[in-house]
Amino acid sequence: MRLRKFEFFSPTSLMEAVELLAQHKAKAKVIGGGTDLIIQMKQKLIHPGLIINLLEILELKGIEKNSDGLRVGSMVNHSTLESSALLCEGWKILAAGSHQVGSPQIRNLGTLGGNLCNASPSADTAPPLLVLEAKANIVSPRGERVLPLESFFVGPGITVLEKDEILKEVTIPAMPQNSTSAYLKLGRRKSPDLALVSTAVILTLNPQTRICERARVALGSVSPTPMRAKNTEKFLMGRILDGNVIREAGDIAKRECCPISDIRASAEYRREMVRVFTERAIKQALN
Amino acid sequence: MKYPLSLKVNEEVFEIEIPANRTLLDVIRDELGLTGTKYGCGTGECGACTVLLDGLPVNACIIPALQVNRRSVTTIEGVSRDGVIHPIQEAFITYGAIQCGYCTPGMILSAKALLDRNPRPQEMEVREALVGNLCRCTGYQKIVEAILSLVKR
Repeated sequence: MRLRKFEFFSPTSLMEAVELLAQHKAKAKVIGGGTDLIIQMKQKLIHPGLIINLLEILELKGIEKNSDGLRVGSMVNHSTLESSALLCEGWKILAAGSHQVGSPQIRNLGTLGGNLCNASPSADTAPPLLVLEAKANIVSPRGERVLPLESFFVGPGITVLEKDEILKEVTIPAMPQNSTSAYLKLGRRKSPDLALVSTAVILTLNPQTRICERARVALGSVSPTPMRAKNTEKFLMGRILDGNVIREAGDIAKRECCPISDIRASAEYRREMVRVFTERAIKQALN
Repeated sequence: MKYPLSLKVNEEVFEIEIPANRTLLDVIRDELGLTGTKYGCGTGECGACTVLLDGLPVNACIIPALQVNRRSVTTIEGVSRDGVIHPIQEAFITYGAIQCGYCTPGMILSAKALLDRNPRPQEMEVREALVGNLCRCTGYQKIVEAILSLVKR
């Protein structure tokens, strides 16, 4: 399977990359790990005449803690994320999401930015970042803009990125005190597979009363974009999370999502699995 | 249009010129003649094309070769030294972990990367390290046993 011809540039600064992309935006694509782009090119879905390699740009590869929380560069790969001590310290759910991507080989190449910009409804880093309430930092010749990740996804494979924009980094606030989290993914097999359903949960319980003071729930693969399950969140907040509450939360999540039937599973099965996995994720977060 | 590529493969540096649309697998097999690395699915799912990039396993079939300019690659040919096979290769033979042999180079490189990072993996860790390497023949059991036999007590 030979790829069609293209030109190749490897800028060493973000500014250079932005300029190149602006100049050639009609035919150019940026590349991170290439684990989505190259495959789509081999499937003849896209034919960029020019590829701009972002992996040599150091500004895009940092993980940095600051007073606002955490900054993760778009070119950090999943292997780095899953084993990052910083992440495991305060944002473990993102490490859990990256760990679910593909295989060791794919994780050594694939990047956070690529996962988000490819915008598969089943992207593994998306539900974790949604419950973490992350923001996306986007650069272009017009400057920088920041938006909540929730607004970043528009539809399957579609983000708000214009043709001359590059995702620079995501910024993630610190998780509230007394928070626990879980990310669960249902696949058809233990090897690399797209998620049939995935659930991310962050719960903040009052240590004395055990009342859930704050809940964030996000679902993957069951709507056109990764989504926050806001009705489920509203239901959980202010309640003690006993068996009945958890069961009902699962039901609410089931009704909130809108999966399709495709070659991997029926909509009905996915809906039922949302119920099961929302319950399991809540229980796992509580343990 | 051709681009210069400098690549260290199995400790030897190669300076070549290639069009941008060549993958790392194309370069390894066609330019360098190292055919131990196999073409399986071509889409980064089967792991037959697994090589080590700076010690880490990757799928060579989906990497544009120019992206790894000036980096270091290990292929299956680099696992044995001066004609002496590596203990991992020895174990694969001893334990009957090779049938058709097509997945074997990729399996061995993934195993090597695991053991270099963690010399005492549990069985689950071995199986997880191999999720990106598919085998149609063996059912994986002998492969896992071969790797576990190398775990230092």
